[in-house]
Amino acid sequence: MTVRVLLFASYADAVGAAEIHVDVPDGTTVRDLVAAVRARHGPDRLPPAPMVAVNQRYASHDTSVSAGDEIAIIPPVAGG
Amino acid sequence: MHSAIVERPIEAARLMTRVSDASCGAVVLFVGTVRDRNSGRAVTGIEYSAYREMAERELAAIVADAEARFPGVHLAVEHRIGYLALGEASIAIAAAHAHRALAYDASRHVIEETKRRVPIWKREHYADGTREWVHAGSGRAASAALPGAAR
Repeated sequence: MTVRVLLFASYADAVGAAEIHVDVPDGTTVRDLVAAVRARHGPDRLPPAPMVAVNQRYASHDTSVSAGDEIAIIPPVAGG
Repeated sequence: MHSAIVERPIEAARLMTRVSDASCGAVVLFVGTVRDRNSGRAVTGIEYSAYREMAERELAAIVADAEARFPGVHLAVEHRIGYLALGEASIAIAAAHAHRALAYDASRHVIEETKRRVPIWKREHYADGTREWVHAGSGRAASAALPGAAR
């Protein structure tokens, strides 16, 4: 399946895109998805265990991902 | 309660009038502003960006949680995104209560939680013409430690 992944701030700069599409097997977890992105775009572009949101909620790396999900890889936040 | 991510200047006084009424003996207003130095470097402005839909959701959750945690507190919060010049307000939090203690506590709680979990980032612009993303954390925080990760 193809999953849409959003990138922000320093991660978007590092990968060179604010949105990418990643091909992963059905039943992929957040952990596997991050590994796939790092494998494709370079392991130096993203940390091995970044914060990830699935459908706009923080998700653990064990969370399963579906094709229609909105996945976001989230740099350390710096609001306020 | 009121919370919003905005792209216009924050009118802090309006947030105060939103939360206070005759039952309130205390209104605490916190305003976060753009400072001219960070880590020894001269800053000329800060560009804020957000994962907007999630940021609005997280900010609303923080405010709702704070109103439950500090009974009787009324809260109004706005966080601005876009380019801000020195001295401009990036966030304002108005907290009203019958008595000051809970108003202060709720205000502090909201700013600390905002800094911890609302997906907003800032890129500082420096006097030497360079600019850099500011990372408060290491970038390697395990998401399992985050609010909602277990849900």
